Amino acid sequence: MGAFHSVPEDHEYHLLAKKTGFSLEQIVILHNRFNQLSHNSDVLRREDLRKIPDLACNPIQSQIVEAFFDERNFKKGGEGSVQEIGFEEFLTVMSYFRPPETHLTAEQKEEIRRTKMRFLFNMHDTDNDGTITLEEYRHVVEELLSRSGSLGKETAKSIADAAMLEVASISMGRMGPDEFYAGITFDHFLKILKELEIETRMNIHFLNMDTTFFCK
Amino acid sequence: MTARTRFCGGLLRISRALRTVALSLVTGCVFSVHASFGAVHGDNDTSHSSGHGTHTKTHNTTYPATRAFPVLTVNYDHVRKPFEISLWILLASLMKLGFHYIPRVSSVVPESCVLIVVGLLVGGLIRLLGETLPVLDTQLFFLCLLPPIILDAGYFLPTRPFTENLGTILVFAVVGTVWNSFFIGVVLYGVCQIEGEQLAAVDLLACLLFGSIASAVDPVAVLAVFEEIHINELLHILVFGESLLNDAVTVVLYHLFEEFASEGQVTVVDACLGMVCFFVVAFGGILVGTVFGLVAAVTSRFTAHSRVIEPLFVFLYSYMAYLSAEVFHLSGIMALIACGVVMRPYVEANISHKSYTTVKNVLKMWSSVSETLIFIFLGVSTVAGPHSWNWAFVIITIFLCLISRVMGVVGLTFIINKFRMVKLTGKDQFIVAYGGLRGAIAFSLAFLLPSDHFPMKNMFLTAIITLIFFTVFVQGMTIRPLVDLLAVKKKKQTKFTINEEIHSQFINHMLSGIENVCGHYGHHHWRDKLSRFNKYYVKKWLIAGERSQEPQLISFYNKLELKQALLVAESGSAANIGPGLSSAALSAQSQKQRTVMKNISKEREEEIRKILRANLQKTRQRVREALDQHYTHITTSSPHTHTHTFSDTLGPPAIETRLDILQMTHYLTVSASGWDSPPVRRARFQSDSQEYMAKPSAPVSIPAINMELVSAPPGSLALLEEVTDQAQQSQDEGCGMHANSHEEKSMKPNVTFALELEKQKLSRCLSDPGPNKIEVEAEEKEHFLS
Repeated sequence: MGAFHSVPEDHEYHLLAKKTGFSLEQIVILHNRFNQLSHNSDVLRREDLRKIPDLACNPIQSQIVEAFFDERNFKKGGEGSVQEIGFEEFLTVMSYFRPPETHLTAEQKEEIRRTKMRFLFNMHDTDNDGTITLEEYRHVVEELLSRSGSLGKETAKSIADAAMLEVASISMGRMGPDEFYAGITFDHFLKILKELEIETRMNIHFLNMDTTFFCK
Repeated sequence: MTARTRFCGGLLRISRALRTVALSLVTGCVFSVHASFGAVHGDNDTSHSSGHGTHTKTHNTTYPATRAFPVLTVNYDHVRKPFEISLWILLASLMKLGFHYIPRVSSVVPESCVLIVVGLLVGGLIRLLGETLPVLDTQLFFLCLLPPIILDAGYFLPTRPFTENLGTILVFAVVGTVWNSFFIGVVLYGVCQIEGEQLAAVDLLACLLFGSIASAVDPVAVLAVFEEIHINELLHILVFGESLLNDAVTVVLYHLFEEFASEGQVTVVDACLGMVCFFVVAFGGILVGTVFGLVAAVTSRFTAHSRVIEPLFVFLYSYMAYLSAEVFHLSGIMALIACGVVMRPYVEANISHKSYTTVKNVLKMWSSVSETLIFIFLGVSTVAGPHSWNWAFVIITIFLCLISRVMGVVGLTFIINKFRMVKLTGKDQFIVAYGGLRGAIAFSLAFLLPSDHFPMKNMFLTAIITLIFFTVFVQGMTIRPLVDLLAVKKKKQTKFTINEEIHSQFINHMLSGIENVCGHYGHHHWRDKLSRFNKYYVKKWLIAGERSQEPQLISFYNKLELKQALLVAESGSAANIGPGLSSAALSAQSQKQRTVMKNISKEREEEIRKILRANLQKTRQRVREALDQHYTHITTSSPHTHTHTFSDTLGPPAIETRLDILQMTHYLTVSASGWDSPPVRRARFQSDSQEYMAKPSAPVSIPAINMELVSAPPGSLALLEEVTDQAQQSQDEGCGMHANSHEEKSMKPNVTFALELEKQKLSRCLSDPGPNKIEVEAEEKEHFLS
């Protein structure tokens, strides 16, 4: 349905391409999709995203939607969340999922890894305080299990508790009897998910062909 | 001390060597004995039969009555076939054992090489003794030796990396094999024409046929070598997947060229039909396998009352799938793999824990023995011949195989990398190319050639054998140092943690969500759709009871919990308790929540006490008393009572904390998880036919704390007994109660023993944690991820 992009803003596109690393074709396609979702307006709102039917079946739908409106993900150093975003922010959030190029130095790979992990961390750390507390983690697990029937909060709670214990033991080792593990900091987060190879996993195949008219 | 151990080691090695020599001698002797017994064969037979048939024959016999009653007779012929088979298997297994006692050899030479050498030796020995050599009979190979290995591979196939890389694997398997066959065939033909003399007789079709035989990467050889080098998952699945899937191509090409060679001419229609045949073979095989897999899954749904024969269904259905596919000349290997892959998630959810262990162990055992036998027979068959050596042909073959493989891999990777997200690097390509080993399948196919159509069959055979030797020995031996040299990524050795599982799932959902936002249907989208379809429609039919509702994270979590608990129970010492159990961590984490938790648990405690008391009966009172005696008896008499070690290591305040937590968790575990967890699965014996009732709001215990149940301080003993008494009842509210009390029991070996004396019918789930090893295996992990 998406109408072909209204103005070929090539100059802007080049800027965006440089900023986010997408190719020009990919940017065009994503702009089409943006227009499709936002009904040809310049800004995207939460409701627009929530209307995507396939997304409705996703257990962590709300967190994904939130991630698009989280200023921490816009790479501009802001904090908090906004009500509507433009195409540039949309593209910036999408760029977190771009597959890394093949010939990168180790530092560049590490940088990419940190960026992606930071995105993930921000998704969990909803109150912006820099740590993932037990409550936030519980929320994550609850959401994950929310589509699986009436298992209730207790399971989620204990799974989250177990996971927190694990993090605590890995990051802090043996703690003194009065120490209190407040929450997972970003460094701890990096440490426990070291094995996950996120730079290869957290990628979406951005096509160079427009297939958006196949889906709603 | 060291001198003695060295001496013992040396002695052991010598004894091993002696034993193998002795065994070979015995084998030889057996043959010669048989030969010499050929002469007295007739006598033995009549005496044997007359021994059996004296009742009927007494009147008619003209037998001289002066002969004494034969006390001891020898009749080897009677048991000849099974005896020889068993001897061979025994020999193979002893070889496998002996292999690990020669440390220097086992680190340099892969097992397959040693086994081939052993085969050569045994073959040589048998030839020296003048006996007929058992050749690798193609029937035997394809019907008995190959299926276990393929089933083992298919059943434990890590489905997630396999499906992620399916495109790449298919391209390598199909296009790569076709390219290899044609390249080798055509160039070989050209060389033969140039060479002239004896080789001129080799026509194009024969060469093409030879090319198709020689180009197939062999799963057995690949498995044998790759198993030992622990390479990273991606490369392993690429090479291994290719070796499995190229069977379809090989089958088609082989039959195609064989057909054409006997016909003598090829038309375009034939070529097209050949391509159609490929699709039929491949998809037909998969279809047959899927059908059998689904039937097996449905069958396993009803095996609740005969748990003992559950593994048999797994094996039989898979074997039937293989044989059925072979009937129609479809790809048996693909059928077998499809059957295993389809069957596994459902069957595993339905069968009991013990059956699962049985299936796993029997498959591993069988495939291991098969593999060993195959390699030994390969060695023996080499000695058997007949050979027709032709320098040019053999050298050219090996050379061409290497070249074509490298060219194929590089060329295809160039194309594939345009479509892959994680590109294959040069190192990866090298390993994929270098890991293309040939093995016994190629040999058997060559052996199967009808020699009337192929007068140069012997030459082909020799060339194939040399090729196999070259790839297995040279490439097999050098791949390990090369992997180290090139610093190729190795397999991750780490255990899988809850955090990783949570985030894995999180990332999967996130990726499919982002794909939806992007608006294209990618890999994640389809996988999501498939799993939803699976959940809503398929699982209902194929999994019995409520296990169909269990989400993956829960089962993973429960399994982890169970494993850790068993680990601790078996190790039996406080020092081995896994991560996160330092009292500090516990108190730290529970500080915020402790008061809340305590309140909950006190409520629970009351509830449970009420329920328990309401159901207490006199008999159980008696049992409880007996239990009291046993328990105190055991705790006081056992040298390392858990309670003692535990209290010694803690200061008083920590004990206080621990006691609270322990009591709390007692009640937590007892008051039933509301769903079927693996402890419940093991306890299904009692409530197999009953429906599980979910206890809706029961809290699940924190796994870390569960482990401490191993050493329950005496304070909670009373409750434990009440709990275990409770378990005696078969009619109950909430069978989950049984289950978790059993879980507790499995964690308290002392008490278990006592209890079993009293209550036999509860023993089924308790008697098998197996020989004290719980391997957190990659396969099981994959199961949960896929």
